[in-house]
Amino acid sequence: MYLYNLTLQQATGIVSAINGNFSGGKIQEIVVARGKILSLLRPDDLGKLQTLHSVEIFGCIRSLAQFRLTGAQKDYIVVGSDSGRIVILEYNKEKNVFDKVHQETFGKSGCRRIVPGQYLAIDPKGRAVMIGACEKQKLVYVLNRDTAARLTISSPLEAHKSHTIVYSICGVDCGFDNPIFAAIELDYSEADQDSTGVAAGEAQKHLTFYELDLGLNHVSRKWSEQVDNGANMLVTVPGGGDGPSGVLVCAENFVIYKNQGHPDVRAVIPRRADLPEERGVLIVSAATHKQKSMFFFLLQTEYGDIFKVTLEHGNEGVSELKIKYFDTIPVTSSMCVLKTGFLFAASEFGNHALYQFQAIGDDPDVESSSSTLMETEEGFQPVFFQPRGLKNLVRIDQAESLMPIMDMKIANLFEEETPQIFSLCGRGPRSSLRILRPGLAISEMAVSQLPGVPSAVWTVKKNVNDAFDAYIVVSFANATLVLSIGETVEEVSDSGFLDTTPSLAVSLIGDDSLMQVHPNGIRHIREDGRINEWRTPGKRTIVKVGSNGLQVVIALSGGELIYFEVDMTGQLMEVEKHEMSGDVACLDIAPVPEGRQRSRFLAVGSYDNTIRILSLDPDDCMQVLSVQSVSSPPESLLFLEVKASVGGEDGADHPANLFLNAGLQNGVLFRTVVDMVTGQLSDSRSRFLGLRAPKLFSVKVRGRPAMLCLSSRPWLGYIHQGHFLLTPLSYETLEFAASFSSDQCAEGVVAVAGDALRVFTIERLGETFNETAIPLRYTPRRKECFEAAGMGENGNGNMNQMENGGDDEDKEDPLSDEQYGYPKAESNKWVSCIRVLDPRTASTTCLLELQDNEAAFSVCTVNFHDKEYGTLLAVGTAKGLQFWPKRSLTAGFIHIYRFLEDGRSLELLHKTQVEGVPLALCQFQGRLLAGIGSVLRLYDLGKRRLLRKCENKLFPNTIISIQTYRDRIYVGDIQESFHFCKYRRDENQLYIFADDVVPRWLTASYHIDFDTMAGADKFGNVYFVRLPQDVSDEIEEDPTGGKIKWEQGRLNGAPNKVEEIVQFHVGDVVTSLQKASLIPGGGECVLYGTVMGSLGALLPFTSRDDVDFFSHLEMHMRQEHPPLCGRDHMAYRSAYFPVKDVIDGDLCEQFPTLPLDLQRKIADELDRTPGEILKKLEEARNKII
Amino acid sequence: QASDRFNINSQLEHLQAKYVGTGHADLNRFEWAVNIQRDSYASYIGHYPMLAYFAVAENESIGRERYNFMQ
Repeated sequence: MYLYNLTLQQATGIVSAINGNFSGGKIQEIVVARGKILSLLRPDDLGKLQTLHSVEIFGCIRSLAQFRLTGAQKDYIVVGSDSGRIVILEYNKEKNVFDKVHQETFGKSGCRRIVPGQYLAIDPKGRAVMIGACEKQKLVYVLNRDTAARLTISSPLEAHKSHTIVYSICGVDCGFDNPIFAAIELDYSEADQDSTGVAAGEAQKHLTFYELDLGLNHVSRKWSEQVDNGANMLVTVPGGGDGPSGVLVCAENFVIYKNQGHPDVRAVIPRRADLPEERGVLIVSAATHKQKSMFFFLLQTEYGDIFKVTLEHGNEGVSELKIKYFDTIPVTSSMCVLKTGFLFAASEFGNHALYQFQAIGDDPDVESSSSTLMETEEGFQPVFFQPRGLKNLVRIDQAESLMPIMDMKIANLFEEETPQIFSLCGRGPRSSLRILRPGLAISEMAVSQLPGVPSAVWTVKKNVNDAFDAYIVVSFANATLVLSIGETVEEVSDSGFLDTTPSLAVSLIGDDSLMQVHPNGIRHIREDGRINEWRTPGKRTIVKVGSNGLQVVIALSGGELIYFEVDMTGQLMEVEKHEMSGDVACLDIAPVPEGRQRSRFLAVGSYDNTIRILSLDPDDCMQVLSVQSVSSPPESLLFLEVKASVGGEDGADHPANLFLNAGLQNGVLFRTVVDMVTGQLSDSRSRFLGLRAPKLFSVKVRGRPAMLCLSSRPWLGYIHQGHFLLTPLSYETLEFAASFSSDQCAEGVVAVAGDALRVFTIERLGETFNETAIPLRYTPRRKECFEAAGMGENGNGNMNQMENGGDDEDKEDPLSDEQYGYPKAESNKWVSCIRVLDPRTASTTCLLELQDNEAAFSVCTVNFHDKEYGTLLAVGTAKGLQFWPKRSLTAGFIHIYRFLEDGRSLELLHKTQVEGVPLALCQFQGRLLAGIGSVLRLYDLGKRRLLRKCENKLFPNTIISIQTYRDRIYVGDIQESFHFCKYRRDENQLYIFADDVVPRWLTASYHIDFDTMAGADKFGNVYFVRLPQDVSDEIEEDPTGGKIKWEQGRLNGAPNKVEEIVQFHVGDVVTSLQKASLIPGGGECVLYGTVMGSLGALLPFTSRDDVDFFSHLEMHMRQEHPPLCGRDHMAYRSAYFPVKDVIDGDLCEQFPTLPLDLQRKIADELDRTPGEILKKLEEARNKII
Repeated sequence: QASDRFNINSQLEHLQAKYVGTGHADLNRFEWAVNIQRDSYASYIGHYPMLAYFAVAENESIGRERYNFMQ
């Protein structure tokens, strides 16, 4: 089996974010690292975050830093990754890519102890960068520029110190003196010699300053002093002319100002009043704001509270350090203060947000200061505060984040054309159930009922130069309705349009006149109100019209084409007639190229399954330029001008390509390239859109032409970041559409469906999925660990969804809010509930709270033999579970619930005590299988409790998943991969007949077929294991079912071993796997969801040719286009185990971003053209989504 | 030949000094375990998704989790 890996939705969690002016100039931009993706964001004028560029680097980004050479206008990006290389990137505005400026190798690849990459520190003047590892190694690179003002980088200078652990490093601002870097270090050399742990307890953290002597080109340890043992982070304090220099050391409960030769200035971090005493307060992220006259720091604690830190300083150094409560926002991994007055908060979990500063916390509030610090016998006197609503910040935008996806189920609960993905995301009070549908989200602006069933709709401007549309024209079966657009939309009769006849087309013609085409003629309405009518000859009627503003072609019944042009005076003149062989099915004229009088191409679709391109040039007017035959009669045609794939920020500087799109009657969209000179058609692609023939309409998306295709669902074809995308819209079936522009809505669509007129806009372009979130707050407490969801389907076929879970650590909560989180209590306290949700109405129909420190861990539906109760719900819970110091619990239970009211609510039947945590439950042959610790047990339903039937205690650690198929049971162990079991009914025995040889820390598993399981491990690998065919047959044929062999055993385990058939490193912890098909009639693929919030798919190849093609393409891509941050692609995908039989589609899909000559070179080696390769890539993607 | 053996030994020592965590013949159980643990923690810290995974399980912030692993 060969698989094609493709990321459907890129990771949404953010590891690290930096801000600066990356494209040069004054524009503030943010670069975020999302694990293996680097993207550039920019808040636009409205304060909406726009993603400008996003690139997968096939490596693991661990740290980011930005720097600017003195006097330069542009920031560079330094990336610390797992590649063992330091990489300096520059954003190229013209091409909209990150350019690699420098890449220097310093060590092995991988996230290792002593290989730098974990920390980055920049000299504030941009003269040097320090890159550090967790232990020992630190390297300093000197940055400079050569005569041509290009950035240069020196060879590394070592600042190693063995036997030290580094907690944080930062640059010290010391003006233009020698650059200094500060580090928090811990020396463990003594602790190592002493196994009793005494020395380890005494180890002391030091703050060390390293000075880079630019003259000697040498790094020396300049100064080292003890710091608080809770120190975890350093923040640079502005120096030189702007401030006192030095660093802020953030430690547990304290912030300390330190500098060489300066006494410590220490202040406590205020505590929430309800925080238990034994919990410290740790700063997790920091941002600095610096203006000419002042500077301050924003520090965020692990509970989400932001404090503003200011320093009082004079000539003799810092006299006072003040920490003032600022606001509370969800805990961030990075914060960026933008110069434009925004705060970008990259949340650890859940949605990211952009805040605007309302104030900078000058109002009085809870404050602690170094001067009021009081020391008592127990230590320093704490300062308390109560979190409150936002006062200084106001949220103006948020970026959706699925991080972390805890569980995912794909099902078609809504009975739509494609299945929905139900994912459980987020953590604690910010968690939610998100329903993802492939497609773009739209927001409906207005729906109005019309007097009849309209057949078509158009919008027209009064003048070419108008910004907004003036009229909406709606055509009915025997009338035309004209609505004028103003403050309100109302019917008008003075527009000059003929309203007693249906219309075939309405458009602006020439500069300022309107044209209405009706079956009996053309009505040309001049700006001054004069009306010219052109009548059809005889009894013939107009059937089809194509126009482009300067040219009009009409098709009469019988197949005659008449071509009109607008002449110099604005008059519509008949130019040419042409007789076609049969009736015309559809026609379209290409848009007029800029600076030209007319367009050269007319496309005519006929019922004999052909599309002809006709010339409109005066010298060869109505000559057939080319003919294309298609599989079914075309229904609709559209010329679309698409700018080539790679381009600047907007792709504007590249020649346009003209595409002819045709919607065929069999529901296929056919797309082909039209040669701009000869009109020859080439490179055709087709895609099935839906059950109805697609009707094509031209609309505008971000000011550029786009295409709306209306089949059984609407699709939008548009350009996003230089790529042409065709994505479905999540909206109902539409009949006819037109673009719409008014001052309330700049780029909308007006459409008719049924008897309603709808106006909507399309949002969040570029996303593969749109989501509907249902917030989960089972309880006004917080859940800690995880949630599990099950889809319950009861007897009536009425759908409902169960979701259970949540556990936690605390009790009563007065101020529960998504923004603030819940107060921490002592650990080992749990709260949990079981919730039944109706996804259609997004309402909770039943909510059961678990009492007494009990938490739910697993859920499944089960039908027992006797069918007395029908479908039941089994929930595995644990009471008083502790992870630390040793995993222990008071008791485990399995609850059995009965569904009431068609599955809308639950009633407890009974609960059975078990000895461990039931982490896995599954129905098996009318009984319940439970994995309780290392025991697999089969239960039957009794009157008062569950009855044990059979068990097997031979599992190595803890069972976390059970799946069954016929009489086989596939058990996943937390640490030891899969075990295949069999149940022998006559002997009532469960035994393991095969297991895996590789120890895998399973995080997700899915049953693929009788002999195959898919699994994912903690380190980010996805793998498939299969029982060899002969072994499988043997077991099925053996009358003892391999029992005799089982008793012998092999390699400390089962007698048979499964084989690994697929192996792939995703680079992210996969938390859920499922086999599903996301397109109607498409093949199945395996979808996975990850902790970082990305969704991906593994598609099995169906032909050997495809495998060959893609593996060669992948090979060439690896050679010609090495990943951006210097990690070897093959090594990355084989980080833990060698990659096997998986082709990385993410790498292949970077093919269109290559320069054209490189594309051509690769294509030559594959004996294809670049166009064919692009087509192949598109096809592969279209098979998945 | 004596010099050769000496040479190999010194090379090994050099390697051990250069690459922290490289084992040697006289490694005792404690040292070995410490090395393995340090390697694991360094790897957890380096891989952000893994850190997030632990953070969800233990109900801590990622920052706190990183700090705990560092300790």
